[in-house]
Amino acid sequence: MADQARFTELAMEHMPALYSAALRMTRNPSDAEDLVQETYLRAYRGFGSFTEGTNLRAWLYRILTNTYINSYRAAKRRPEIADVEDVEELYLYHRLAPSDGTISRSAEDEALATFTDDEVKAAIESLPDSFRIAVLLADVEGFSYKEIAEITDVPIGTVMSRIHRGRRALQKALHDFAEARGLVGTAPGRSSE
Amino acid sequence: MNGDLDQVSSGAAGDDTEVDVDCSSAIHQLYDYLDGELTEKRRTQIAEHLDYCAPCANAAGFESELRQVIADKCKDHVPESLIERVAHLIEVEQRQPAAADPERTGPA
Repeated sequence: MADQARFTELAMEHMPALYSAALRMTRNPSDAEDLVQETYLRAYRGFGSFTEGTNLRAWLYRILTNTYINSYRAAKRRPEIADVEDVEELYLYHRLAPSDGTISRSAEDEALATFTDDEVKAAIESLPDSFRIAVLLADVEGFSYKEIAEITDVPIGTVMSRIHRGRRALQKALHDFAEARGLVGTAPGRSSE
Repeated sequence: MNGDLDQVSSGAAGDDTEVDVDCSSAIHQLYDYLDGELTEKRRTQIAEHLDYCAPCANAAGFESELRQVIADKCKDHVPESLIERVAHLIEVEQRQPAAADPERTGPA
């Protein structure tokens, strides 16, 4: 059983990461602030039921995710698209590196570096809730499949499917940005399509 | 003793460790591999495939780099005012503990 007096000391350091996740979930700063504030109040009030020494970060994300899904999203009545389009494996790689070996690792890395922060954020935010949350927890926060299953209360097989399909949909969203800016498809030497 | 060999050849059938790694299965399990979610044996098999298969290794490098780029570009600056507000709200709660809190003996 955790001592409430130690809450601030233990939990506040996680706020920057939680705030970023809240922004990706709510898609706007004012709602993200409300969500983080609500998460911390709930966490403080429930801190007695947290076992000190276990995964505090995962526990906070669980409260954040539940708060978002239960109160915030419900209040917004946002029509939820339940699925993402099926996108093939290595979608972005095959388009940034048209034929294997013709492009060096550094050139690929350079292509990735041209994505702006805003584009990457917008690409994540374009995913439907359940996929967005799974990808966010895996790729941005680095949680394991098992931790994500516990945070989101869904079976691990569902988590894996959401992460994998969400990542591919994310790659397509990123590719759309690259295409819109003429970064792909107009490379020197125009490979035939 | 050749009993050991017998066990190796007949014992471990049926799980994924028996499946040879070709490019298609390596790519299919690439996310699980990069996420560190495979069994040790399968992880080693995929790693060996990537050691000698340049196209797959290239793709793995790209996916890994992409992951890093996504994580790096999704950092936001948390407003000072939010940190202060939350700290303040928690302080207020500490001074006025909820009635249900058994640790404290408030004016019940």
